[in-house]
Amino acid sequence: MSRPSSAGEGLWRELAPQTLARLLRTYGSSQFDLCEDAVQEALIDAYVRWPADPPDDPQAWLATTARRRYVDRVRSDQRRRDREGRVALLEEPLGREGAQSDDTLLLLQLCCDPALSRSAQVALTLRAVAGLTTEQIANAYQLPVATIAQRITRAKRRLATLDSDLSRPGDAAERLAPVLDVLYVMFTEAHHTTTGAPAQNTDLAREAIHLARLLRQAAPDSTEVAGLLALMLLTEARHPARVGQQGELIPLDEQDRTRWDRRLVDEGLALLDVVAPGADAGPYLLQACIAGVHAHAADTETTDWLEIHALYTVLEHTTDGRNPMIALNRIVAYGMLRGPEEALSQLDDLAASHPRLARVDAVRAHLLERAGRVDEAAASYRLAIAATVNVAEQGHLRDRLRRLTAPDQPPRT
Amino acid sequence: MKYLILMHVDPAVLEQLTEEQQQAIGEGHGQFMAATKENGEFISTQALGDPSRSKVVRSNGEGPEVTDGPFVEAKEFMGGFYLLDVEDEARAIELASLIPDASIPGLAVEVRPVVFSDLGDG
Repeated sequence: MSRPSSAGEGLWRELAPQTLARLLRTYGSSQFDLCEDAVQEALIDAYVRWPADPPDDPQAWLATTARRRYVDRVRSDQRRRDREGRVALLEEPLGREGAQSDDTLLLLQLCCDPALSRSAQVALTLRAVAGLTTEQIANAYQLPVATIAQRITRAKRRLATLDSDLSRPGDAAERLAPVLDVLYVMFTEAHHTTTGAPAQNTDLAREAIHLARLLRQAAPDSTEVAGLLALMLLTEARHPARVGQQGELIPLDEQDRTRWDRRLVDEGLALLDVVAPGADAGPYLLQACIAGVHAHAADTETTDWLEIHALYTVLEHTTDGRNPMIALNRIVAYGMLRGPEEALSQLDDLAASHPRLARVDAVRAHLLERAGRVDEAAASYRLAIAATVNVAEQGHLRDRLRRLTAPDQPPRT
Repeated sequence: MKYLILMHVDPAVLEQLTEEQQQAIGEGHGQFMAATKENGEFISTQALGDPSRSKVVRSNGEGPEVTDGPFVEAKEFMGGFYLLDVEDEARAIELASLIPDASIPGLAVEVRPVVFSDLGDG
């Protein structure tokens, strides 16, 4: 079904997931398919009736209609006859049950259930919470519609066997963690498609930011949610400067920062000003603060590398050194602070303990180049080119290699 | 993350297979396709014709020239592939080892990451 657009895309995309969440909360996640169908039918009803007879409270209208549709479906389903008793539950009067943002939060938590694979979590979240069609998700990931459809079907079936209790109490931060991770993966895939051509899949980035905003409304006290949103805003702001005219990747140190989206930068920094002071910062807030330090500087020369190095050091401790990419970034900052030779010896230690770590060769190549060790730098660039599966990153590394081995030639235009 | 699993076949090895073995391979591929479709990891698969039916188009220095036969003189040829979308390389290798060819001496499957995709408009 194509979503009705007369009431504005934004309104539908807000109402549909909230209505679905309400139904799921009443009937349980094991009824995911039936609830989703009921919401779809209610949306069709709304599309037909609202133009002539607009409801006072669209959310309540949709919830009531979806519940009726659900009841119709349950009643008409022979195999569910014996569950007729549950239908009694439906007769309770519909009130304004809880804030709408609670519903969004519940639905997010359901879709990001740790029992699902990461790709299933992302697909289900995009479908059920962001309201994208299966076709749109398939397009975003350059996958066949059938593959995504199968993934979503399987995820829902898996949820049905878990029968997650949506109203289960629990530590809020603990339950938020998987949601944050899923949104972050969605966002980074948009910017750094691990397989694929130049990262310009801004749709996914926009969806991730939209969802992070919803999450911030739902969990206004979480500094990690605010941190994630700020991190996304500050990263998305660089987008116009990150990809060149030929689709090539332009790294941070070569970006024309006047092309950064000032509006997003300001929003991200304003968020940090509210949240960061005095916060017991978690990984996302710390990464947002690092992005914030970059956003305050006009170029790499005037960047406060001391602050960035300190933030990466804290981040490394906060995450118990589980993510060697953080150590790699700290070493890059150390190189800017103390020079390439000192950073290279730290890099060797890191590479020894993580032999398959991505981007080590690229960082080593940059450091060797800065140290003036041209032949070794070229060898490292070649290793880095072979190791990356990102076309845009490969192009960037080839440019650097060309510049290094044929310094009289201008870079690729 | 997309991976291409290339199936390298040796026509001489295939000829030596018993009927039972051939049937087991056919069923194994059927099960593999069903399982990866069920997981949402399957994208597509193609099997290629015998290498003797290959034509090679390459430059003779002045322009393209067509010759008979496969590109490389070798015992093994690419017989077909699976295109999968999986979480990581470890999963791709796990799946590759389920393909019947991986358990037959003389055959092999190769796992390579995909770096660019365009499915057209379809």
